[in-house]
Amino acid sequence: MLAAIGQFNLIIALMLSLLLAIIPMVGYARNNTALMHTGRPLAYALFLAVLSSFLILITLFIQQDFSVTYVWQHSSLELPLRYRITATWGAHEGSILMWITIQALWIAAVARFSGALNLNQLSRVLSILGLISVGFIAFILFTSNPFERTFPAPLDGRDLNPLLQDFGMIVHPPLLYFGYVGLSVAFALSVAALIGGKIDEHWIRWSKKWTNMAWAFLTMGIILGSWWAYYELGWGGWWFWDPVENASFLPWLAGTALIHVQAVSERKNAFRGWTVLLAITAFSLSVLGTFLVRSGSITSVHSFAADPTRGLFILGLLALFAGGALILFALRADKLRSTEAVNFNSKETLLLANSLIFIVATFTVLLGTIFPMIFEAIGQKISVGAPYFGLMFFLIMIPMALLLPLAGQVHWQKDVFTVACRSLWPYASLSIIMTALVWWSVDHINVRGIVCILGAFWVFTATTGHFLKNKKTAGFIGMTIAHWGVAFFLFGMAMVEHTDTEKDVLLKPGQNIHLNGYDFEFKGVQWVNKENYRAQQGQVLVSKNNQVITTLKPQKRHYPKQQNPMTEASIYPGFTKDIYVSLGEQINNQGAWAVRIYIKPFIRWMWFGGILMLLGAVVGLFSARIKRLEQRQINQMMKEELNLL
Amino acid sequence: MTPTRKRRLIFITLITVGIAIATAIFLTAFKENIMFFKSPTEISKGDFPQERNFRIGGMVKDHSLQRSDDSLEVTFMITDFAHDVKVSYEGILPDLFREGQGVVAIGQMTLSGIFKAEEVLAKHDENYMPPEAAAALEAAKEQKN
Amino acid sequence: MNKKIIFALLPLVIFAALLLLLYINMGKHSEQLPSPLIGKPIPVFQLPTLYSQRTLSNEDFKGQVWLLNVFGSWCPSCRIEHPVLTQFAQSTDIPVIGLNWKDEFDDANRWLKQFGNPYDEILVDLDGDVAIDMGVYGAPENFIIDADGIIRYKLVGVLTTEIIKTEIIPLIEKLRL
Repeated sequence: MLAAIGQFNLIIALMLSLLLAIIPMVGYARNNTALMHTGRPLAYALFLAVLSSFLILITLFIQQDFSVTYVWQHSSLELPLRYRITATWGAHEGSILMWITIQALWIAAVARFSGALNLNQLSRVLSILGLISVGFIAFILFTSNPFERTFPAPLDGRDLNPLLQDFGMIVHPPLLYFGYVGLSVAFALSVAALIGGKIDEHWIRWSKKWTNMAWAFLTMGIILGSWWAYYELGWGGWWFWDPVENASFLPWLAGTALIHVQAVSERKNAFRGWTVLLAITAFSLSVLGTFLVRSGSITSVHSFAADPTRGLFILGLLALFAGGALILFALRADKLRSTEAVNFNSKETLLLANSLIFIVATFTVLLGTIFPMIFEAIGQKISVGAPYFGLMFFLIMIPMALLLPLAGQVHWQKDVFTVACRSLWPYASLSIIMTALVWWSVDHINVRGIVCILGAFWVFTATTGHFLKNKKTAGFIGMTIAHWGVAFFLFGMAMVEHTDTEKDVLLKPGQNIHLNGYDFEFKGVQWVNKENYRAQQGQVLVSKNNQVITTLKPQKRHYPKQQNPMTEASIYPGFTKDIYVSLGEQINNQGAWAVRIYIKPFIRWMWFGGILMLLGAVVGLFSARIKRLEQRQINQMMKEELNLL
Repeated sequence: MTPTRKRRLIFITLITVGIAIATAIFLTAFKENIMFFKSPTEISKGDFPQERNFRIGGMVKDHSLQRSDDSLEVTFMITDFAHDVKVSYEGILPDLFREGQGVVAIGQMTLSGIFKAEEVLAKHDENYMPPEAAAALEAAKEQKN
Repeated sequence: MNKKIIFALLPLVIFAALLLLLYINMGKHSEQLPSPLIGKPIPVFQLPTLYSQRTLSNEDFKGQVWLLNVFGSWCPSCRIEHPVLTQFAQSTDIPVIGLNWKDEFDDANRWLKQFGNPYDEILVDLDGDVAIDMGVYGAPENFIIDADGIIRYKLVGVLTTEIIKTEIIPLIEKLRL
């Protein structure tokens, strides 16, 4: 019964989004205010319809209604309540429903917080967003209905994948979706602007806020994904260049380019076409990511069940959204021609360079991800190894790190590069000295690691120096925080990638192993009973200089309905290093186990860097300058309306 | 040449050189890091890259897994039901690894005809459940009653 | 002016190429395990049946096109497949043979009582030896074997009406010619 209502609400939502896609747009075309005014209420109604449907699916999970196929497949009687709720978005159908819910939430937010846009603009934006909604709601209704029933109802479900029974996995997907879908706002703004044929500063400033927010969510989602992979997959890795990870990274890279170009195009009439193109690219890559993850075109460790019909549908959506936007772009690009000249010796040039670097990075990752498909087309099966991505990314990010401090120093409009370079000398010398100290004190670090560390110090010192000398507006503080994040990320990454220790050993109970100044004593493995699983739990006593630091308890978990055990690593987190122990398997009958021991220096600095980046983006939202300008515009609009009266 | 023109020329030259270098690096990095995927049948025909890593995929043959008692060395056979390849590996096998299941190994072929794996990835399909899992399911139900 | 047009059209061209590539690769699963059994004779077997108290071998099926469905009462996906298979069995005149894999009689019997028995005959493979010979990864799996006992088609996973319509029925008609 409830399931039927859920499905019905989705159908209502499809109708509402169709109306939203058509009516305000028609209103705009005919200059009919009444039609345009339907946009806001339709957006709110759409949100309510989708939200109720999402809540119904959660309720079905809480009630353990196994007559719903999706619930049966991803829940079970033993599953604790919190994971029953989160199982809602644990697999394909539910995650698409969540995507749609978040999309509707963004649309409602756009409708609510659109003071800076006039009705003409808002109607176009809402209609485009409505159209995107139509696509995804049709997708869920026709190919991935979460409310499908199965008769007779099974007595028990098949249980949720244990990897997903975890905090990181609960929050990671929603955040990513907030990011992906948030980029659709920037996309809709661009397309709406192309339709109108005009982009002004307010337009870009407004879109910048949404982009910043979407980018912050995306960053958070990626950090959580990386953190989850680190502690949950039992391999101690934090990034695998797996197609699914790349799918989330691609829109992030394009989004980063977009944010930096927007900083120019919001100030002057330049790079407007490029801004629009990047906004289209960023959202298209989000949709492409969805396609790659769900169509089965690419083999990945953690992809969803492959289904060509779904793939075809998403491909159709991609063709419609991105193709349509790009055709529109080709038709209207000449209208977006820059009217203000950009001086070569200026911050503008460097920000353009930044966006080019990030777009090159985007394409490098994209090529690596889809190359197996190109080869497949000619009958060769290949895969592109992580070293390709690692090397390419390293090389592409060198100019990024090199130019970042310069971009901070150089002024808008007109400056002299050589003067700015000269003022950077102290920071360069300081960072070289600091890097030399690191080189001297850390064993076995290679050239690549040293270059990254140099880059980290260079970015950090110059950003700090610049910060101390200048007036601190919110936008400037946000930028500084984000760039500190870059430095922390680079440093953490260099240390963890190039100075970590990894050892797989065979340990008998009572046996000791010495590693990097630490002693690990294996106490053996015992069975323990937990909430909905049993586990073989090992005990490893970690000590340094005969002082016990901690006891780590890695587990091998056995869930009753899963054939394979699951490794749960045990981690002793630290400011400068993590100690990470996970269990392999029992090797012989004398209680000897394969044990994996890692020492991961500074790994947390990397995620901390990511958090700083997103904080920077959030702080940037409170830029006083933007507020002031917005207020001025609102006042002006009100005055105009009063005059009309 | 006007100064603007000159500057523009320098700019364009720099970009072109940059793109050329980038392409060269890209192609090298790419060539060195693509990994071919071969099946046991292809390997039995000698169709595999020499002295470089490639991937091999198939099923782990039943009863072929052998462990050493005092080290982390294991050997097992990968089969596509037409041909088998013997694989040796030192380290911890992934959770999803088991006999009769799909597996992908990355490594090189040695002269003795044994595939020396550096990495072993187990694959699994979320829609498929072998009898062992269902047996566990039944056992769990009985425990409850 | 040309420069402008290139800037405007380049993204579109790149995107079109990408789209084409994605389309060509749709559904092609790289690294999908090859099925070397296709085009080869079905392995020799001799198995008891579930209900009719007979023992059937591969020779008994010669001279006709038939479908072999690997199932077990323990297999949740088989339950999803079951209505589709039932419908197919009712609409076709080729024999639909079940291979009851690693299943106890009582379980299989209860399962078939509850959901119905679409099979013309059910072979019992209690130890799973025949399944190993046939390279069965899991249940359900479906094979189509021609009149000469050659395996012509193999599907790993659940049978859908779509697959029956687009792949199985055309194949059966072709094999009968």
